[in-house]
Amino acid sequence: MIEPTIYELSQPGRKGVAFPESDVPAYDLPAGFAREALKLPELSEQDVVRHFTHLSQLNYSIDGGFYPLGSCTMKYNPKINEEMARLPGLANTHPLQPIETVQGNLYIMYQLQEWLQEISGLNRVCLSPAAGAQGELVGALIIKKYHEINNAPLRTKILIPDSAHGTNPATSAMSGFKVVSLPSDARGNVDLEALKAECDETLAGLMLTNPNTLGLFDENVLEVIQLVHEAGGLVYGDGANLNALLGVVRPGDLGFDIMHFNLHKTFSTPHGGGGPGSGPVGVSEALAEFLPSPVVTIIEKGDEETPPFFGFYTPQHTIGRMKAFYGHFGMHIRAYTYIAMHGPAGLLDIAQKAVLNANYLMAQIKEDYTLAYDRTCMHEFVVEGAWEDIPDIHALDISKRLMDYGYHPPTNYFPLIVHEALMIEPTETESKQTLDAFAKAMKAIAKEAREDPDLLQTAPHNTPIRRCDEVKAARDLVLCCWIPE
Amino acid sequence: MFTPHTPQEIEEMLKVVGVETIEELFEKVPEDFRFPELDLPEGLSEMAISAELKELASGNATTEDFISFLGAGAYNHYIPAAVDMILRRGEFYTAYTPYQPEVSQGTLQAIFEFQSLMTELTGMDVSNASHYDGATATAEAANLAYHFFRGKRKKIVVSRSVNPQYRETLRTYMQGLENVQVLGDEPAAGVSGDLNKLLALTDKDTALVIVQYPDFFGRIIDYTKLIEAAHSQGALVAFVFNPTALGLLKPPGEFDVDIAVGDGQPLGIPLSYGGPYLGIFTIKDKYVRKLAGRLVGETEDETGKRAYVLTLTAREQHIRREKSTSNICTNQGLMALAATVYLSLLGKSGFKQVAELCYQKAHYAAEQISKVKGYDLAFPETPFFHEFVVSTPEPVSMINAHLQEHGFLGGYDLSLDYPEMKNKMLIAVTEKITKQDIDDLVAVLEEAHHD
Repeated sequence: MIEPTIYELSQPGRKGVAFPESDVPAYDLPAGFAREALKLPELSEQDVVRHFTHLSQLNYSIDGGFYPLGSCTMKYNPKINEEMARLPGLANTHPLQPIETVQGNLYIMYQLQEWLQEISGLNRVCLSPAAGAQGELVGALIIKKYHEINNAPLRTKILIPDSAHGTNPATSAMSGFKVVSLPSDARGNVDLEALKAECDETLAGLMLTNPNTLGLFDENVLEVIQLVHEAGGLVYGDGANLNALLGVVRPGDLGFDIMHFNLHKTFSTPHGGGGPGSGPVGVSEALAEFLPSPVVTIIEKGDEETPPFFGFYTPQHTIGRMKAFYGHFGMHIRAYTYIAMHGPAGLLDIAQKAVLNANYLMAQIKEDYTLAYDRTCMHEFVVEGAWEDIPDIHALDISKRLMDYGYHPPTNYFPLIVHEALMIEPTETESKQTLDAFAKAMKAIAKEAREDPDLLQTAPHNTPIRRCDEVKAARDLVLCCWIPE
Repeated sequence: MFTPHTPQEIEEMLKVVGVETIEELFEKVPEDFRFPELDLPEGLSEMAISAELKELASGNATTEDFISFLGAGAYNHYIPAAVDMILRRGEFYTAYTPYQPEVSQGTLQAIFEFQSLMTELTGMDVSNASHYDGATATAEAANLAYHFFRGKRKKIVVSRSVNPQYRETLRTYMQGLENVQVLGDEPAAGVSGDLNKLLALTDKDTALVIVQYPDFFGRIIDYTKLIEAAHSQGALVAFVFNPTALGLLKPPGEFDVDIAVGDGQPLGIPLSYGGPYLGIFTIKDKYVRKLAGRLVGETEDETGKRAYVLTLTAREQHIRREKSTSNICTNQGLMALAATVYLSLLGKSGFKQVAELCYQKAHYAAEQISKVKGYDLAFPETPFFHEFVVSTPEPVSMINAHLQEHGFLGGYDLSLDYPEMKNKMLIAVTEKITKQDIDDLVAVLEEAHHD
């Protein structure tokens, strides 16, 4: 069964919404600008609802099942978040309204800034970045501007561990830095000798994900940060894996100078099929005046009778504006709700259960799959999705076979430094029963790989479609559906 | 609440892991900093947080309580109920990036349909799966042009009539590129709509010329000559467009532009105090390999069934790392879905009707307001779509304060972005505004004048 495209379902003359007729006189369009044709589909409301309902049913989702997609932190999205973000008093406010008419919004944003500061141990937070990758861009541009203002324009080199997300090197390059990749040592930490060799007067900074994408807390993190600082560089923390650190340790206390938060990873805003994200950035005191504009601030202090009056502030050396308006406010509301419901004890509980779940699952499957690094992990771990004695089976085959068992596969072929990597992150909201069932499936697949490898190589079998011809997609490049004449 | 572990399960799990306590799992965290006490309020129940946020929300003035004439980059359009019903489906909003096509056809096909609708709307060849918003899409257009010329052309020429926040964002993004100059929008350039100054700046060192259509002041300007001149210098041209306007107006593709970007918020996305919105990014075919952001392509599965996958991924950061054009990772998936559902519901006739209603009502409003003593259209000779600039007899902030007392959110005070535009208000009118609303507004303006 193939779901037709919205254009294939279209019937000339059909309508989905009726608007009132115009109640004003008619005015002519300017000559030469009138559009001749606009071929939008024509459907009834029910046609449209059924079509998108059918499409939704072709998706795997957190609400539908276990989603151990490493590094993406596919935790449960509490439903109250969705209700709160849609409160008419919040959702129906225009971004250019006078600030005295939107003090409720500004209170939420200010409080979220304060909470993220407290959680991260950093001094100042700006909520505007649209996603984690944009938060990284903020960080890299701050590093650049900081060195320029401190008369060190020759600091043009950014160090990035080889286990890092691809966004780190891409961001650095986009910001005009030269990227130098740092190897990992045998325990999965940053290789200290390699780091020392790069700590010279051209060093601008280091981008460090900790815990890293191997799910390991860098055992030398304090020394790594100290080395970079002594060489005059700044340390950027990729907050992608902050979920494991909530209430456990504050990156600012460890010496990180800048960090972004992925609200969709750590603070339960929905992943939305690939966005919208939200990537607030926190910085140390020395960098507070470099943050993007605008930052929410208190303009007039309150007292017992009157609440403070909130407004916007442009930092003195700001790197500038990252997007229109103030960030993804709808996501700020959700993250605010989530943090408010958890409090300090609840946040620590998140990190503890996320780490417990990952270690438990790792222990359950390590007999059958080779661990990339056999040590206590944080919120995720990486195994090799291949065995020496069955060379024809790859991480991809295991991933596809997992779908037949009703699971979304782990992240595969990342991090790049692990052969046939399968990166597994269960998150804190999964129960022991779910983890046990998943471990059972992983073990069954390991057995199948030996007894009936074809079953893996031809998987998945029970999904709406089978494996796709990706070469054809890139060669034929059909990026738009058939549109009737 | 959201963590399901019972004390007994925790015991069993710890045993399997081989530790006594959960705390032992964190031994690699430097002891001096381990388990800090966070100074945060104690956790609230769902009932309590719900009450708190409702209380906060009730203190705001909204575009439902007030008759709003605010636009300037965010528009108060009617959103059919079915749009949000679809967005609330957990199968959509709790899914992630469709890296595994076998279990993500819903998201993939929806994005493919989004791409199709955007190419049809703009008359361009290719749309990606979206960018963050109109501002970052504009910045990424410059990024694309810069890389298209391999960094050899150093000038980005941008009109002063492009949304000021988009121009600021563009400058932020350009800081990372070597010796790139953004010019053409200095105060001296003015806002008359005269294109000769932009023309004079465009030369063999220009990578991209950026203009807005309709422009930030709502004006419909004929850029044909500018486009021809830019192309004759080998430069690319980008339009920043308003999608609603394209329900009536000739699409960017017919003007032979190279890139057309815009903000998709008017397509079924709530105002939500500025975000999340939707960056639309469309191009001519020949730039597809320089295009930043995700793309969905049609293909077949191994049984020959039609299927959709993320394609040309070799352009992107997770493969090319420091060699990619942009670091963009997420798109605005759920917002692109909103726009797709919105356009499907409104369809051919509904979308055109909304554009017409905006156009007619804005023109009625402009006619009536300009009859009030002291109020004049700032650009009376230039055609406009659903926004226009009015010269006011007093500072806009004073007029707006008065309007607010009468239940109106007045137009945008242009002096905030344009020092030369004192006493100039940018008024936006959408299909939600009735003739009565406009007549009432005019009555308040007249009354204020007599006060």
